[in-house]
Amino acid sequence: MNVNQSAPPVPPFGQPQPVYPGYHQSSYGGQPGSTAAPTPYGAYNGPVPGYQQTPPPGMSRAPPSSGAPPASTAQAPGGQAAHGQFGQGDVQNGPSSTVQMQRLPGSQPFGSAPLVPVVSQPAVLQPYGPPPTSAQVTAQLAGMHISGAVAPVPPTSGLGYGPPTSLASASGSFPNSGLYGSYPQGQAPPLGQAQGHPGAQPPQRSVPPQASSFTPSASGGPRMPSMTGPLLPGQSFGGPPVSQPNHISSPPPQALTPGTQMSGPPGPPPPMHSSQQPGYQLQQNGSFGPVRGPQPNYGSPYPGTATFGSQPGPPQPLPPKRLDPDAIPSPIQVIEDDRNNRGSEPFITGVRGQVPPLVTTNFLVKDQGNASPRYIRCTSYNIPCTSDMAKQAQVPLAAVIKPLARLPPEEASPYVVDHGESGPLRCNRCKAYMCPFMQFIEGGRRFQCCFCSCINDVPPQYFQHLDHTGKRVDAYDRPELSLGSYEFLATVDYCKNNKFPSPPAFIFMIDVSYNAIRSGLVRLLCEELKSLLDFLPREGGAEESAIRVGFVTYNKVLHFYNVKSSLAQPQMMVVSDVGDMFVPLLDGFLVNVNESRAVITSLLDQIPEMFADTRETETVFAPVIQAGMEALKAAECAGKLFLFHTSLPIAEAPGKLKNRDDRKLINTDKEKTLFQPQTGVYQTLAKECVAQGCCVDLFLFPNQYVDVATLSVVPQLTGGSVYKYACFQVENDQERFLSDLRRDVQKVVGFDAVMRVRTSTGIRAVDFFGAFYMSNTTDVELAGLDGDKTVTVEFKHDDRLNEESGALLQCALLYTSCAGQRRLRIHNLALNCCTQLADLYRNCETDTLINYMAKFAYRGVLNSPVKTVRDTLITQCAQILACYRKNCASPSSAGQLILPECMKLLPVYLNCVLKSDVLQPGAEVTTDDRAYVRQLVTSMDVAETNVFFYPRLLPLTKSPIENTTEPPAVRASEERLSNGDIYLLENGLNLFLWVGASVQQGVVQSLFGVSSFSQITSGLSVLPVLDNLLSKKVRGLIDGLRAQRSRYMKLIVVKQEDKLEMLFKHFLVEDKSLSGGASYVDFLCHMHKEIRQLLS
Amino acid sequence: MATYLEFIQQNEERDGVRFSWNVWPSSRLEATRMVVPLACLLTPLKERPDLPPVQYEPVLCSRPTCKAILNPLCQVDYRARLWACNFCFQRNQFPPAYAGISEVNQPAELMPQFSTIEYVVQRGPQCPLIFLYVVDTCLEEDDLQALKESLQMSLSLLPPDSLVGLITFGRMVQVHELSCEGISKSYVFRGTKDLTAKQIQDMLGLTKPTVPVQPVQPAQPHEQPFVSSRFLQPVHKIDMNLTDLLGELQRDPWPVPQGKRPLRSTGVAVSIAVGLLEGTFPNTGARIMLFMGGPPTQGPGMVVGDELKVPIRSWHDIEKDNARFMKKATKHYEMLANRAAANGHCIDIYACALDQTGLLEMKCCTNLTGGYMVMGDSFNTSLFKQTFQRIFSKDFNGHFRMAFGATLEVKTSRELKIAGAIGPCVSLNVKGPCVSENELGVGGTSQWKICGLDPTSTLGIYFEVVSQGGRGAVQFVTHYQHSSTQRRIRVTTVARNWADAQSQLKHIEAAFDQEAAAVLMARLGVFRAESEEGPDVLRWLDRQLIRLCQKFGQYNKEDPTSFRLSDSFSLYPQFMFHLRRSPFLQVFNNSPDESSCYRHHFARQDLTQSLIMIQPILYSYSFHGPPEPVLLDSSSILPDRILLMDTFFQIVIYLGETIAQWQKAGYQDMPEYENFKHLLQAPLDDAQEILQARFPMPRYINTEHGGSQARFLLSKVNPSQTHNNLYAWGQETGAPILTDDVSLQVFMDHLKKLAVSSAC
Repeated sequence: MNVNQSAPPVPPFGQPQPVYPGYHQSSYGGQPGSTAAPTPYGAYNGPVPGYQQTPPPGMSRAPPSSGAPPASTAQAPGGQAAHGQFGQGDVQNGPSSTVQMQRLPGSQPFGSAPLVPVVSQPAVLQPYGPPPTSAQVTAQLAGMHISGAVAPVPPTSGLGYGPPTSLASASGSFPNSGLYGSYPQGQAPPLGQAQGHPGAQPPQRSVPPQASSFTPSASGGPRMPSMTGPLLPGQSFGGPPVSQPNHISSPPPQALTPGTQMSGPPGPPPPMHSSQQPGYQLQQNGSFGPVRGPQPNYGSPYPGTATFGSQPGPPQPLPPKRLDPDAIPSPIQVIEDDRNNRGSEPFITGVRGQVPPLVTTNFLVKDQGNASPRYIRCTSYNIPCTSDMAKQAQVPLAAVIKPLARLPPEEASPYVVDHGESGPLRCNRCKAYMCPFMQFIEGGRRFQCCFCSCINDVPPQYFQHLDHTGKRVDAYDRPELSLGSYEFLATVDYCKNNKFPSPPAFIFMIDVSYNAIRSGLVRLLCEELKSLLDFLPREGGAEESAIRVGFVTYNKVLHFYNVKSSLAQPQMMVVSDVGDMFVPLLDGFLVNVNESRAVITSLLDQIPEMFADTRETETVFAPVIQAGMEALKAAECAGKLFLFHTSLPIAEAPGKLKNRDDRKLINTDKEKTLFQPQTGVYQTLAKECVAQGCCVDLFLFPNQYVDVATLSVVPQLTGGSVYKYACFQVENDQERFLSDLRRDVQKVVGFDAVMRVRTSTGIRAVDFFGAFYMSNTTDVELAGLDGDKTVTVEFKHDDRLNEESGALLQCALLYTSCAGQRRLRIHNLALNCCTQLADLYRNCETDTLINYMAKFAYRGVLNSPVKTVRDTLITQCAQILACYRKNCASPSSAGQLILPECMKLLPVYLNCVLKSDVLQPGAEVTTDDRAYVRQLVTSMDVAETNVFFYPRLLPLTKSPIENTTEPPAVRASEERLSNGDIYLLENGLNLFLWVGASVQQGVVQSLFGVSSFSQITSGLSVLPVLDNLLSKKVRGLIDGLRAQRSRYMKLIVVKQEDKLEMLFKHFLVEDKSLSGGASYVDFLCHMHKEIRQLLS
Repeated sequence: MATYLEFIQQNEERDGVRFSWNVWPSSRLEATRMVVPLACLLTPLKERPDLPPVQYEPVLCSRPTCKAILNPLCQVDYRARLWACNFCFQRNQFPPAYAGISEVNQPAELMPQFSTIEYVVQRGPQCPLIFLYVVDTCLEEDDLQALKESLQMSLSLLPPDSLVGLITFGRMVQVHELSCEGISKSYVFRGTKDLTAKQIQDMLGLTKPTVPVQPVQPAQPHEQPFVSSRFLQPVHKIDMNLTDLLGELQRDPWPVPQGKRPLRSTGVAVSIAVGLLEGTFPNTGARIMLFMGGPPTQGPGMVVGDELKVPIRSWHDIEKDNARFMKKATKHYEMLANRAAANGHCIDIYACALDQTGLLEMKCCTNLTGGYMVMGDSFNTSLFKQTFQRIFSKDFNGHFRMAFGATLEVKTSRELKIAGAIGPCVSLNVKGPCVSENELGVGGTSQWKICGLDPTSTLGIYFEVVSQGGRGAVQFVTHYQHSSTQRRIRVTTVARNWADAQSQLKHIEAAFDQEAAAVLMARLGVFRAESEEGPDVLRWLDRQLIRLCQKFGQYNKEDPTSFRLSDSFSLYPQFMFHLRRSPFLQVFNNSPDESSCYRHHFARQDLTQSLIMIQPILYSYSFHGPPEPVLLDSSSILPDRILLMDTFFQIVIYLGETIAQWQKAGYQDMPEYENFKHLLQAPLDDAQEILQARFPMPRYINTEHGGSQARFLLSKVNPSQTHNNLYAWGQETGAPILTDDVSLQVFMDHLKKLAVSSAC
């Protein structure tokens, strides 16, 4: 599609066809299609216009005069087509389209009203479309192709289109880089379109306006002239780009429309397909190029691109350079659509294999037999029946499990079931726990295990009659027979040493070396602990927490504290035998907070004083953990260590580390060593910790390299968390640290846990990702597990699955609650099985897929060069998409990029993963940062990875101040920023407030309390508390965002054109990154090329 | 002989020296034939209230190998201002300060009555005394409480500027930092790990002064006191703190499972104490005071495992080579003792437990360093409390009766060589021309280190006669740190005449000091017993006795009845008889710990006390007259007598049968029998008197005829009546002892028989 679109624009630009070929090759050939595909999205607005224009461009003259009119005509056809499609019976489209239609007509004043409306509609539709079209994923794809469809139109029209095809042919040869270059060109055109249609677009609003704003400012003016002299000036954006958008915009409706148009001619295949086909055809056309001749379109854009690549024509490069970003699939749009469509009704889990709403959507869950998506999300809810199919599709089968996920207050936490002394009822053979899928037979006397088919007797005390449907009469009285998630009380058989556990303990281990003292950390921490200890997690309605606490400080030796309640003063015990750590005291080390309050307070008062004059800079680390672990061992309980550490442990002791940071290793085969621990000591230690149920949370306050990769080994393997506050200063980082600390201390944790994932026959859990330790291949051992920790499990076939019975997962987590109760939490999930690949692609979840792929890749860097890992990811992605293209999409030209509806964001997200600090570090990213992020991602849930890889960018000043709802996000690209606005960007870890250079003075005043932009302090981390609506709203919004995330995000105010902006731009993930990461558009093209290669 | 007795007594009082022979045989061969070696008991710091120390330094002989100190025996040429060393005959100039010297203006050291003189040395820094408490916390609550109180009390007795430190141990070892305000800090060590001195100092942060530049030696003296002050603080500064700290001392909190002993890391605790002092105050007087309530059960130096079902080793086990830990533990403590001794630190052991505590293995800690060994049943007994208190008793000048870091140097005239010493000392391995190749006791040196001394500490010093001379002279030079922190040198120079054993045997015989000889022989015997089998030692002692009798007895060959010994030898066989039965040589009925403890005290007490130990004293109280000493014999046990026996370790008051009955009848409460009341009271008062003076506090036993504790008396007396000589029954001559031991009479009979026989 893109190709087509691009093609149209091209002509106008000029006919540097020669350039063209180059482009094509790079990836254009394929990419054009791909680009097109992307465009469709964003395109909506843009694309549509594009279409309209394109036709004219195709004409070649049209462009000059005004892309618009011709476009309209072109569109008209398109529009008609769309109608036609609707007519054909796409119910979904119909409605949406109609709506759009209505608006559009009104909005579009164009002469070719009828047509125009149509066109515009598609644009509108797209947004709507997607949701309704769920089934029509293909349609979207088609949308992508839409442009293609348009293209066909042109052909009909005759002139313009022809050429594009030729372009396509050319594309083949381009190198990647070339491709990129070409895109830019493409983009330029879109702008033109926007202008052309201004009238029509308004309704569509966002895209056009934005686009216009950008380009104009940037270089639209100059380019235009140069490029298409005549046309451009007026349009600035250039019709061509528009056309691309169309392709990209794939929004189903559009796609459809084009498709219809196309299809109309080709034949009446299912609307969707047809639509696609058209799109493809276009591309194909492109390839046909030669035939059609009117390549000029392409050419022109390409030339522009060419310039990029080699800058043949300086002037041109700029204007032509871009594909319309609006035309490619937009995460924002997808998220918004899902919100609108699925946010309102509760998600009822009764039905097998349902795809839940996106993680970004707020929805309620009703448990009717399957675990809530808050507990388990799968990459696909429809599993291929055979491993062959699975291999073919290359779609990883994985579940992201968050066994102790926190639920919104409206949802009840899992019921606790007590089966008495006999313990929970289980299958005798596979040991699966009683669940709703168990089949009761023989009048209820026996049950057949749904996992292994073993037939078990029902114990007499559990017997119940069956009703006429074969269901137990008491099914709804028993959580384990009616719900997807529930808990069993464990019996003593499930406890370590056959003894019920004692309540867990928290041990605070505080670095008191010079750095920690000087930065004020110790004082701050001690002060905070005094009050924080009142908020230790407690169970249910318990009056006070059962958790005991202990304190240790350390530098190169350890100081234990006896805070027994009977003492008048705490006692310090120094252990300097760090080589052979032990716990110097038993009684009085772990105490009840309330009983020993006076002593603890006294201790916390004195710690900062005692070490105030310390000159000790060396620290130890492994012995500290060892000490905590030994303390828990001595007390015979599980627990958690809170370590507050500042520096590389260089003191002579086990686990001593040396500074091995070496940036020269980046991009070499040895890069992986940066992620690997320096020594095996920590693994061994972690193993011991796990055996003891000792979870380690690490708070790092480094001023320089501390080797996070090594230090985080223990937290990582024990289910703990790592927090890092580089260059910690109390004034700046206090809020963030304290907030994280409070949250970390207060959160409910399960200790000494073992998780086991059982599956019905046919698939098997084969791989696990997350923060835990495994001593065998099936049991995930977690010394501690909190509500934020996620385990990703990959499944593989080991047999054929049955479509009838589907596939079942049962995740059983045995853990010790924070009151010391031993429990089993069970989550069950039933999935569908399919024999058609299409079903698989229809029931996928891209966010989960990305979660899995990211974790897979992040683990891969431990063993393989980063480049290999990236290539693997790209290849897999290409294979997934190619498989779809080959098996599920209706036949079309190879030049078209067709994405499954459910995975249309896969390229953009994957690109974000590839560009992430771990896989492609920028110059400013430290080795520690990379290791830190790597480790964080490992236990992230889907929502976290989603926003982490694709940050949310919220315009703050676009919507009226009175509007209290969260403003709709915009795409993470610099182009989306207007210098007259203020934006908030967050990714779960970072929070930026970007202030445009020409923001209204009033806004500056009310938000920052200063009179002008220049007076705003760059790097500001706190917004002044001002009593005005805007200030309150923004601060409220920031607080709201922080509340959503498991870690406190420190705010950084970034001014446009300021030094800090570089940092900020790093998070504009759709743009090309400084470290060499591809822009979204470029990557899409590249992906298209890969797919094409696979297909051929 | 009276003259000799007087002479001996006088010499002892003046010089603290008692020789076995006061006239010396003039050749090596003769000396050998005398059987009892030429030796002396030296009490280096014998209290001499009448001897004010002189405030200047001694004048030394200028010959580098001699360096004897100017003494009354030196020939002085007042005109030439020269003096001749009486040991090497070097002629020396007097130093300028002696310019005014003349016959009528002699310095004290030249006056005959100042054969013992004490100099105060002003050189060198004065280091305060150091007391390092090492406290076992694996005690019963009331024991610990009592110990805590004793320790707190002791703080008030210490000189205010002395330094104190505290180490506690149980399963772990804690070194308490005393300098801090508020929070109390301690360094904790694992009780199972043997640490080198360097490691300990590293871990205590003693080796690394804040400046990492090691080569700069000059800086260290300044740093050290600062660093160490964390663990050792002047009492006056921190006594409140320390009192509180002691008050808060908890019992070792680690649970002791059923059937187990508490884990006690005594070995590591001592090691750390030694290491701490070694690193901070080497060569400074210091006292490590170890209080323990049970055997070390883990780590280096463990004496017994923690399984209660496995009892601690007995003599039986040791003989069977069945004491698993003994050798290793002994080695560990020996190593520590040697290190402590090398640094001039002494180690005391206060062991209070009903069972053994491992004194056998740990004895060298006290024996090599001159520390005290105190054994009791519980810290909550007056025995311990008063003993402990007595450590801090003061002399007439208000100074502690203790001295530290002493070096004893012995110089002899050419006719003598030094064979060795037995006592609480270690060899300094200083060879010299006057050192004999034949060793008796700790030999091969002319200098010994005695880390802890008190006025009663007594060493046995053995000599070898090489040749005859004019007057044999011996000079004892004791450098030590006085409890007032002054460095002092006490010099004793003695001389005895020579006599030819062939012609002048009578003289020699008359000058025999049988008490000193008994003690000196006993020391040799005990010294041997530490390394040899008991029976061998006894045989050796017997043979020596027989030879002595043969040499000095008057008899006709093969006629036992004709055997006579002169007065100066008359008591000697009896001493030997009791010595043979004493706990120093008999291990039967004594645990290894008890034996060690007894031997420890025997090896350091002065002559009088030693004799009491060998042959306890028995007093009898009756209506027939004033209290009188009676034979230590079963015949002395009569119904109408009250006996008071002093064995040094025990004070036993024994009421005869009739007396006991009267007492039960309550006669003492009747006014008309007030005399009976007084009779009962008399031995109590006397016992009290002994108790007041004795260190360590003896076990005080008040018993009566038929009482279970009467065994203490019955086991000591000479069993002249036993169940074997029933003819004595019914007579009023005493009480039969149920024993198979031979009585003194039998012993003497045999002795005579053997002495007169020509067979040996």
